[in-house]
Amino acid sequence: MLWETIFLAMHAIRRNMLRSSLTVLGIVIGVAAVIPLVTMGNGATAQITSEISSLGSNMLFVRPGQGGHNPGGAHAPSPMFKAADADAIRREISGLTAVAPTASTVSQAIYGNENWSTSVIGSTDAYLTVREWKIKSGRQFTPGEERAGKAVCILGATVKKELFGAQDPLGISIRLKKLSCQVIGTLRSKGQSTFGSDQDDFVLVPLRLLQRRLSGNNDVSGIFISARDGVSTKKIKGDIARLMRQRRHIGHGQDDDFRVRDMKEIMGAVTSTTRVLTALLGAVAAVSLLVGGIGIMNIMLVSVTERTREIGIRLAIGALEKEVMLQFLVEAVVLSCFGGLIGIALGLTAAAVGVHFLKMPFIFDLRIVLLAFLFSGGVGVVFGFFPARKAARLNPIEALRHE
Amino acid sequence: MTTTPVSGKQPIIAMRNVSKVYGCGRAAVHALRGINLQIEEGEFVTVMGPSGSGKSTCMNIIGCLDTPTTGSFLFKGLDVGGMSRNQRAMLRRYALGFIFQGFNLLSRTSALENVELPLIYRGTPVHQRRERAMEALRLVGLEDWSHHTPGELSGGQQQRVAIARAIITNPKVLLADEPTGNLDSRRSKEIMELLTSFNRERGITVVMVTHEANMAVYASRRINFLDGLVDTDNSTGGTN
Ligand SMILES: Nc1ncnc2c1ncn2[C@@H]1O[C@H](COP(=O)(O)OP(=O)(O)OP(=O)(O)O)[C@@H](O)[C@H]1O
Ligand SMILES: [Mg+2]
Repeated sequence: MLWETIFLAMHAIRRNMLRSSLTVLGIVIGVAAVIPLVTMGNGATAQITSEISSLGSNMLFVRPGQGGHNPGGAHAPSPMFKAADADAIRREISGLTAVAPTASTVSQAIYGNENWSTSVIGSTDAYLTVREWKIKSGRQFTPGEERAGKAVCILGATVKKELFGAQDPLGISIRLKKLSCQVIGTLRSKGQSTFGSDQDDFVLVPLRLLQRRLSGNNDVSGIFISARDGVSTKKIKGDIARLMRQRRHIGHGQDDDFRVRDMKEIMGAVTSTTRVLTALLGAVAAVSLLVGGIGIMNIMLVSVTERTREIGIRLAIGALEKEVMLQFLVEAVVLSCFGGLIGIALGLTAAAVGVHFLKMPFIFDLRIVLLAFLFSGGVGVVFGFFPARKAARLNPIEALRHE
Repeated sequence: MTTTPVSGKQPIIAMRNVSKVYGCGRAAVHALRGINLQIEEGEFVTVMGPSGSGKSTCMNIIGCLDTPTTGSFLFKGLDVGGMSRNQRAMLRRYALGFIFQGFNLLSRTSALENVELPLIYRGTPVHQRRERAMEALRLVGLEDWSHHTPGELSGGQQQRVAIARAIITNPKVLLADEPTGNLDSRRSKEIMELLTSFNRERGITVVMVTHEANMAVYASRRINFLDGLVDTDNSTGGTN
């Protein structure tokens, strides 16, 4: 009997090809739209999260500037840090693995005929530790070079490529502004950041060198700090703030004129942003599901007249109410499954393609696939089945007379 | 001229004071106003009467498609009014064949599939179903049209498909609401002969509505409807 019913349903589906394909289309659209949107939302979230944690999840960053407590108020620019501030942090705060004072400037990097505008970061080897940069070739600075501010530099992958192409740059001198500077190492590439900036586009020089020969002052614009594993970054953050307030002579009740950022905190903020993004994409997806659902609903309701007559005929010939209902239910389920499977296949393909072009990780979320499938299928079944049930409960004559 | 069944046996169809009212209040239409009617097994009855006199309404009640508003309708002594929907469906499935005034074929469905539809609900296996449907189509002269859908058939051809569908199950009672309404006289004659042969050879009770007096010659009995009541009922057969 069930086989017979499925057979009957398949028959009915084939007979009403146009209606069937429109129903399937509605389901396909709903399912196929939701999957890529949500997958890409999840991919973006995962990518951003992993990128931020690749910056070093134990990282803290101190920079001058208002803590943001009195917005709108005009402030004199906060004084910059000095290298001594970094030394004080290193000396007085426990639980740290590396402290890297940095300053930066923008400059042309010139080698032969090649000319590339890039940022020059002045810091110490600790910078490589904190930001988790790996040396690809050559070496890092020696303590002597750092102390003396020798004219040596380490190239980010982009700068190396732009200036030297495939050539080995080690030992060769490049020019930064008026300074000639010997390449002692290159860095392994990190690629683009989520926000589209090229992380490899910089030249690292000793802080002293930058201060003396490129920027001409002793300022340190930021201090990168890396906490030892297992040490609370929150506590360190508090310690640093206290130390800095003391060193910068900030009185009781006065606001900080610097900020200490904790990577965990930033990660939290960004994660909540991407969560909003995902929710937004989800909302768009929900709308497309709804549109698909309304499409299905329309088709089903429009075909009610014809179906009611069909039901009348079947009843008149001796079909039982439950046989008719089962047939229509199976029909709706078969259509919905069919549409759902096509939709899932299309949706996953679209998601894979989109994720590939956006260079995101592909995160398969079974729940979303199921949700989209169940929703569209549900709409198909509800709107295919309930009018049929209503008709099957009619007197055969009434069903036959239905206009 | 037709053999009437053994007397004393229960009539296969018995209507007692059946009335049917459509709608209610001032808009109520009294389609039947108290019909008393008995039809014995094996009879061939024609029902005539002006349009709107309640012929189709009465046929629907006999065909267990509808129930009387008041009065009782007995099929082989069983009160159909007191039956459940499913019981009535079973009567339609196993005992009744109905040829509708408006054909009522499934659209976009081949003649063959339309004809075999009643057998599906009887659980007849596929190959047997196909054979019998082809056989029924052959009887009505449509064996070459089995794969055409109603939309591709003429009115007369559709009517013949409807007839084939009604007779395929070999029902106890065949109810035909103007089965020759769309046919030319030659086809009409063929169909009437077909119905007569069913009646004679298989003992199927036939109740047929017609507008054409010359169709009534095939019947053993002729009932005239007027305004929802049986006007005349004579078993003389032949022409009046
Ligand atoms: N479902 C219905 N709702 C309301 N009125 C109805 C309904 N069915 C039939 N009637 C009315 O009942 C009366 C009898 O209708 P019926 O169809 O039985 O006539 P008929 O004798 O078969 O006519 P015809 O020869 O034209 O087929 C008519 O006045 C018709 O308008
Ligand atoms: Mg009629």
